[in-house]
Formats: sequence, structure tokens, C-alpha cells
Amino acid sequence: MNATVPVPVLDIDATIDGARILVCCGSGGVGKTTTAAALALRAAERGRRTVVLTIDPARRLAQSMGLSELDNTPRRVTGVDESAGGFLDAMMLDMKRTFDEIVLTHAEPSKAEAILANPFYQALSSSFAGTQEYMAMEKLGQLQASGDYDLVVVDTPPTRSALDFLDAPQRLTTFLDGRMIKVLMAPAKAGGKAYLKVVSAGFNVFTGVIAKIVGASVLQDVSQFIAALETMFGGFRERAQATYDLLKAPGTSFIVVAAPERDALREAAYFVERLAEERMPLAGLVVNRVHRSEVTSLTAERSVAAAQTLEATGSSPLASAVLRLHADRVWLAVREQRMEARFSTAHPGVPVVEVAAQPGDVHDLDGLRRVGADLAGEAAA
Amino acid sequence: MWVSDFPGARLHVVTGKGGTGKTTVAAALALAIAAGGKRVLLTEVEGRQGIAQLFDTAPLPYEERKVAVAPGGGDVYALAIDPEGALLDYLHMFYRLSPSGIPARTLRRMGAFEFATTVAPGLSDVLLTGKVKEAVIRKQKDGTPAYDAVVVDGPPTGRITRFLNISHEMGGLAKVGPIKNQSDNVMAVLRSAQTAVHLVTLLEEMPVQETLDGVAELTAAQLPVGGVIVNAVREPVLPAADLAAAEAGRLDVAALAAGLKEAGLEPDEALVSALASEAVDHAQRVALEERGRDSLGALQRPSYELPLLTQAVDLGSLYRLAELLREQGLA
Ligand SMILES: Nc1ncnc2c1ncn2[C@@H]1O[C@H](COP(=O)(O)OP(=O)(O)OP(=O)(O)O)[C@@H](O)[C@H]1O
Ligand SMILES: Nc1ncnc2c1ncn2[C@@H]1O[C@H](COP(=O)(O)OP(=O)(O)OP(=O)(O)O)[C@@H](O)[C@H]1O
Ligand SMILES: [Mg+2]
Ligand SMILES: [Mg+2]
Repeated sequence: MNATVPVPVLDIDATIDGARILVCCGSGGVGKTTTAAALALRAAERGRRTVVLTIDPARRLAQSMGLSELDNTPRRVTGVDESAGGFLDAMMLDMKRTFDEIVLTHAEPSKAEAILANPFYQALSSSFAGTQEYMAMEKLGQLQASGDYDLVVVDTPPTRSALDFLDAPQRLTTFLDGRMIKVLMAPAKAGGKAYLKVVSAGFNVFTGVIAKIVGASVLQDVSQFIAALETMFGGFRERAQATYDLLKAPGTSFIVVAAPERDALREAAYFVERLAEERMPLAGLVVNRVHRSEVTSLTAERSVAAAQTLEATGSSPLASAVLRLHADRVWLAVREQRMEARFSTAHPGVPVVEVAAQPGDVHDLDGLRRVGADLAGEAAA
Repeated sequence: MWVSDFPGARLHVVTGKGGTGKTTVAAALALAIAAGGKRVLLTEVEGRQGIAQLFDTAPLPYEERKVAVAPGGGDVYALAIDPEGALLDYLHMFYRLSPSGIPARTLRRMGAFEFATTVAPGLSDVLLTGKVKEAVIRKQKDGTPAYDAVVVDGPPTGRITRFLNISHEMGGLAKVGPIKNQSDNVMAVLRSAQTAVHLVTLLEEMPVQETLDGVAELTAAQLPVGGVIVNAVREPVLPAADLAAAEAGRLDVAALAAGLKEAGLEPDEALVSALASEAVDHAQRVALEERGRDSLGALQRPSYELPLLTQAVDLGSLYRLAELLREQGLA
């Protein structure tokens, strides 16, 4: 198949050598974590001091990177070739702990204690919509500011939409600026007397209904919880903004990962468009888990015909099965390439690189190196 | 007539890792149960409009609508439950608050719904599971159940236990009052033999691991685990003996070359070795799947397999999957 427009190739080595922050995004299950780890490993072995922030890695991959603990501390990955002067640290993001750390850093000590002890904080802190995404960004900012690394590679949480990652800070900010929060925070803010003033008729009806449903004591707990978080929220907007700005800073690049399937590529397209809107730099698209056949001399049709010849006589079941396999593989490759071509036609400027589907899962450094080699366009060894 | 492995179940909750086929399986299961004249409600709770997409209809309103007729005359109704609709329902049912009355409007104006769903997805889960329970226990005028069964296209494995158990957790926060009573009622249904939580998986490392973890979590929360549905299964193409040889790196290359020649192809070395390496890839994939099957077998739950479909999933293929589920006894 000849594409009408040549698709620019994503130069991964130039990208990892030049970037200070790389963000891997994409829809669920496409290979974000794998790609992030493979990029980080390759960067480290090319001499960069690298840290990868992973979220929810497959268990065996986590083990082979020495990530046994969820403790928000980057740890050195062993088995990495450090001869070029680089190294690889890895850490898994622990939502709850990151949230706690923020409370401890930004609230007064007395308030921090009250917040951490509040049953609602404990039940809800890690489930605010968008928290995970926001925390990943916050942690990214911290790692970058530490000065310990040349390159921070970030994995993003498994969301169904890649856009969630970009929308999280805005969503949290909108939420914090919302009326409900204001009303619930007002009593604590203004003290008992002024409280009466803000109690509008609407609020009375509202609390009446809610209290009926959840019970008055629960409402009080929520109100206390929100009030206690206020200090923290005070600095929140600025931090959300600062972190968001970091994503636009020179040295940051986004890598969009997709599977060669319609849904994943559609998500990738949304994301690419959104990045352009936000003026955030896109390095390119990684199409992960593609199937290709090296047997170019044998078309699927001829392969099937040959298989049928053998099946008619019942001889050489091995050869006929292999021929059927080959035909299926070629057809799959054609379907995948058609999907990719559709993406590239709509987004002609976006550099693309393909990573082959490995027969097994990617769960060790060698597997990551193979993915890294594919990313860099090196011919398979 | 096939016999169901879950004869007492009236609430079937379908979960699984994202993208493994929850929506597809839930829809097929609803058709399978409806077959032969039953009334089944298929619901979704994540605001995805996945059911409408699957049945190729306009987005579902908060209203029970017939979306399909099962073989033999059963009906499948569908409902996309959202927290706001469920809350309005709830206020209407228990407090006779009209959805268009002042209190309901005030709530909306205050942004109470966004608030509830943002600050506490738990709170919206209470409403969603409450609505599911209501559909399960709802009676017609003559006292018979409104639906023979309710099938829920549920949240993914990572969230399912929290989702189903939320009433228990919230019930713990509210010591008395209507929430407490309501949550006790919901948990009574969810923990009973009326409920079966089925897990959909692919034969890949992460979905299998999530299934194992999910079963452990559900069990710990005393939620009834149903069956394991292995979706998108590929038949091994190579004969068994060749598979084993290929996986061990001992594929009979000479036999392959001879066979190619017999088929009228020119078996030069490059062609043979490239085809052989495709066969090895396949064998390794099959071996990986076999390991996944073994891990799932250790769960000792009834398990069901659905084939990988080569075309896009449409109504026709849903009927076929439904039939397969019935033959294997899930419905
Ligand atoms: N090129 C590849 N070949 C074979 N298997 C792969 C490849 N890339 C990823 N995988 C496997 O696919 C699974 C999912 O990959 P990964 O965890 O990287 O996806 P993700 O996008 O991070 O998923 P989530 O959205 O759940 O976080 C893993 O088991 C991984 O080993
Ligand atoms: N047996 C099958 N053979 C081929 N394709 C399938 C099969 N089952 C599901 N699919 C396809 O896989 C994709 C994911 O399926 P589905 O939407 O049912 O998964 P899901 O678990 O509900 O996903 P999500 O987590 O996004 O809600 C869809 O495109 C669907 O058509
Ligand atoms: Mg991941
Ligand atoms: Mg779905």
C-alpha cells in the first residue's frame, strides 16, 4: 500500500536526547506504561539521568524494575547499562500518599492533622474526580524541580479518554470555585454569626433535603472536611496553574500512544487536536502493538490458495496451517495500516513510529529494550 | 432447553478490565436470558452510552426503552442510569419532590449534582446502586417482578467492589436515618444469591491478573462472584504437536519446506525461515494464553469462552454470542 502523503517519522532518539519532560498519554491499555518505561530506559542507556514516573504498571514489569513498594520515592533500577553516564530511577505513584504530602506541605500543622484524621478525607481524598491525573502532574513538577534529573518521563493514569489528563486541573479548579464549595465553606470561614447571613432560603431548602437524605451529622462532617481543606485549596489554584504551565514550557513534549485500532486512534486524534489548541508540544504518535509480516513475496490470497491445495489432499497439515497463519497476519497488517493511514491523512504533520506486537507481554528490561529499539526505528535484531 | 448455572440470579453484574468486552458481554447476556420470553433490563452506570452505540440507537434517555427482541420472543429493555436522574427519582419516590419543583430546581441551581459526583463519586455510586436495586425488586400491579432479570454493564474490575459495596461503606458513615435503611436494603440484595458478579477477561497478563485480584476483593466484601467469561478467544491454528515444537524452538522446518513445495510455492530459505518465525510467534502467544487459562482455572469458578469475532460487533454477532452463553450455561 502506498500512502499518498509521506508520513514523517518520529525520531525518538532526538526526542529523548532533547527533552526535559516527556508525557506519555493515550487511551486505556494501549501501552502508555510500557512506552514510558522503554523510553526512559533508552534515555538512561544513552547517558541521561532519567526518572520514570509510572502508574499502575503490570505486576511483573514493576517487579523487574525493582518497584516493589508504593512509596513515592524514586529508586534506582538495576541492570541498566550506565556506561554512558546516565542512570534510571523509577517510582510508582501512590495517590493517597501524594495527597497526604500536599496536605502536610501546604496546610498549617494543626489543620493538617485535622484533615488527615477526618473520615471524609480518608474516604474521599483519593477519589475526587481527576485527582489521579492532577497528582501525576504535581509529582512531575516536584521531580523536575529537584534538579536530580535531566529527563522526567511520565506515564499517565488509565483513563478511558486521554483528554482527562489535560482536563484534570481545570476540573478541580472549577469544582473548588463552585457554589456548593462556597456555601459549605462559608460557615467555617465567617464564624457562627456571619454564617446566618449567608444562609439563604435556597440553602435552607438544600441542607434540609440533604440532611434528610444523608443525616445531619454527615453533612456536618462534610462541611468540616471542606473547611479544613480550605488552606490547602488556597494555594491550589496557583499550583495547578504552575503545573499546567510546566507542560507548555520548552523542553516538555507529549508522546501520544495508540493501538492500531479505530477507537484508540480516534482518541489519539482528539488528543493531538487538543494539544495543538493548547499550544502544547507534540513529539509524535507511537502506534504500539502493530502486526507486520516480513514475508513480502507471499500475498494473503496466494497463501490461502496454497493452503487450500494442501488441505484438499490432507497432506502437510503443518505447512497449510502456517500458510493460513500468514494470511491472517497479512490481513491484520493491512487492516491496521488502513487505520493508521486514516489518522495520518487527517493529521498529516504528526510524526509516527510503530512498535511491533511482541509475542509475549513486555515484562523485563530486555523486553523494554526491544520496544525501545522499535521506537528508535532500529531494525529488529 | 439449556440449564443455567445461576438459576436464582436476578441481578447479573458484568465487570472486567477496561476494554475486555464488558458492554458486549452484558448485552449478549441480556439477550441470552431474555430468550424464550423473559423481560430483561440492561443497564449501564458510567454515562458512556455504550449500550446505545452497541444497539445502534440514539443515546438513551433516563427511561427504560425496548432495544431488542430475543429469539423466541423475550424483550430486552435498556436504561442508562445517571446519578442526577437517580437522585431525582429518589427524591420523588421517598419525599414526593417533583423533579420540576422548587427544591429540586434549587438543588440543580446550586450545582448539587456536580458537587455530589465530584467530591464523592461514592455518593453517586449510592444513587446508582440504589436505582439498580429498585429495578430488581420492582413489582408489577399483579405482584410479579417487573423484570425477570437485570443485567448491569458495570464499572471496571478496579472499581467494581467499591461500587457495589458503597452502600455498606456509606451505611457505616451514616449511623441512622434513611440512608442507613436504604443502604441496608441495597446490601441485602447485592449480597444475596439473587446477585451474580461476572468477570470478563482476555487471555492476557493484565486482564487475567485483574480478574484474580477482582475475585479476591469481591469475595472479601462478601459479594457473590458469578462466572468468568473469557472473551475474544482465538483458536490455535497449528496442530497441537507442531505448536509444542514451535514454542520450544524445534519447529520442523524441513517438513514446512516440503509442504510449501507441495503447495506449489518456491520454498527458498528466506521464505521458510520468515514463515517459521511467524509460526513461533503464534505458538508463544498460544502458550501465553494457556498460562492465563491455567491461572483462571485456579479460581474454580464456572468459566465461559467467547470467540474472537473477525467483523465489527453488531446485533447479529450479539445474538451469536448470546447463543454461545446459553449453550455454556451462563444464562
Ligand atoms: N509492543 C507490545 N507487545 C506486546 N505486549 C505489549 C506491548 N506493549 C504493551 N504490551 C502489553 O500490554 C499490556 C498493557 O500495556 P501497558 O500497561 O503499557 O498499557 P497502558 O496503556 O499503560 O494501560 P493502562 O491504561 O491500563 O494504564 C501489558 O501487559 C504489556 O506488557
Ligand atoms: N468477542 C469479540 N470479538 C471481537 N471484538 C470484540 C469482542 N468482544 C468485544 N469486542 C470489541 O472490543 C471492543 C471493546 O468491547 P466493549 O466495548 O464491549 O468493552 P468494554 O469492556 O465495555 O470497554 P470499556 O471498558 O471501554 O467500557 C469493542 O470494539 C467491541 O466491539
Ligand atoms: Mg498504565
Ligand atoms: Mg463498556
